[in-house]
Amino acid sequence: MAEIQTRMGDGYSVFMSGEEIREDLVAGSADAAKKGKIPVLEPDELDYLFEMFASPSRIWGVERGHEAVVSKDGSTNSLYSAQLSSGVGLPLSREQAFRTFERAFGFDTMEVGHTDYSVKPAKPIVVLEQNHVEAVLHTTIIPVFYGFMPNLGLYYQPDGPFPNPSDLLPKGQIAEARAATEEALEACYTDVVWMTGKMAEVGADGINYDTTASTGDGEFLATLRAVEWTAKNTDLAVEVGMAAECVLGFHGQLEYRGRRLAGMWPHQQMEVVQEAGAHVFGPVVNTNSRRSTPWNLARAITFVKACTKDAKIPIHANVGMGVGGVPMFEIPPIDVVTRCSAAMVEIGKVDGL
Amino acid sequence: MSISHALASSMGGIRTAGDLVARMQLARKMRLDEAKKYVAEKLDVSVADLCDSTVMRRRREELDIGVITAVAGAAKGLEAKARIADLLGVRINCVERLKSKMGL
Repeated sequence: MAEIQTRMGDGYSVFMSGEEIREDLVAGSADAAKKGKIPVLEPDELDYLFEMFASPSRIWGVERGHEAVVSKDGSTNSLYSAQLSSGVGLPLSREQAFRTFERAFGFDTMEVGHTDYSVKPAKPIVVLEQNHVEAVLHTTIIPVFYGFMPNLGLYYQPDGPFPNPSDLLPKGQIAEARAATEEALEACYTDVVWMTGKMAEVGADGINYDTTASTGDGEFLATLRAVEWTAKNTDLAVEVGMAAECVLGFHGQLEYRGRRLAGMWPHQQMEVVQEAGAHVFGPVVNTNSRRSTPWNLARAITFVKACTKDAKIPIHANVGMGVGGVPMFEIPPIDVVTRCSAAMVEIGKVDGL
Repeated sequence: MSISHALASSMGGIRTAGDLVARMQLARKMRLDEAKKYVAEKLDVSVADLCDSTVMRRRREELDIGVITAVAGAAKGLEAKARIADLLGVRINCVERLKSKMGL
């Protein structure tokens, strides 16, 4: 059989035989199944993925009628920001960028967020953020999110007031590290609900807690409690997008409603996010840059399918740079982005991306 | 990359009915198929029509719920969302705020 051109997880082209593609699809799915204790992909699903990768077509897409909703993290900064956000540095205001996403790109929803996307730096300029949200609420039609990262890491020294578990744990100071996490997550929770309340005041449609649990189980607990607060006290829709496929146990003993958070995989994360009252869950599956895109995508879809199978809320899988099968490169090639995008809908059965 | 997703998989926003299906996901936590069915019934179109820009461009103008091209006199921004709230039977926060400002 002729060789098939696809990509590695770092974005570089690779030529593989049909047999090698199939082996990677099976192995990627098996890896997710083993880690998450979830089912592997079915033979017909693997066939779809094989035919998709075997096609020489430059781009791929879903079957007509299978289109899904798109939401976006990182706000409009991909247009106006710098390389740190894969931004292209356009001289646009956030309002202009938002309207470009609505009118030129045909996005279903969009988000406003601070360029320095964490809640901690956004908090001191909340009135500016509220005004940007109000401006787009007046002039646009698609649902408007305000988004930020809870980013518990900014609450630890040297950026914040609390001792850093990353310094304490290597010294064996486990009790001190746990105490620091518990104190810091309270401060993070307080900031997240305060900022959320401000966006409810101006009439935003939703709030997006993005890159959740980037600092592990303490941050995840703070976010889950914030979701509870938001669902109870505001009319905002809540989207929770994750940072990684597995919740790191920096604390290790934190629980939400009797369930240990450390070590949770996407389908388990979905269950607690749903229970907390969120409206949309965004699972993340990390890309291994040393494996092929067929391996990475089959693995990602196996995890995501375990979420969509039992979810009672919409699932918007993360399919951006370095997640959801997409290569870890700041300009991911469209041949594999469109394949990951379509396959996540067709086989992963997501409600959105 | 956003454009790649928009072309490969997305509903198309106000080109079609993507914003309306998204609203049902956010307002009522509807999964995709349920949200599409609900919106199609409210718009009196088929589910297949929801992502057909030829159908939806005209239907959106008939319902005056905002169209993607710059049409003078067509409902814009909050005007369109006020009509969408009525059409879909959902609460839209900024529309509620406008009503509050007007004492309605």
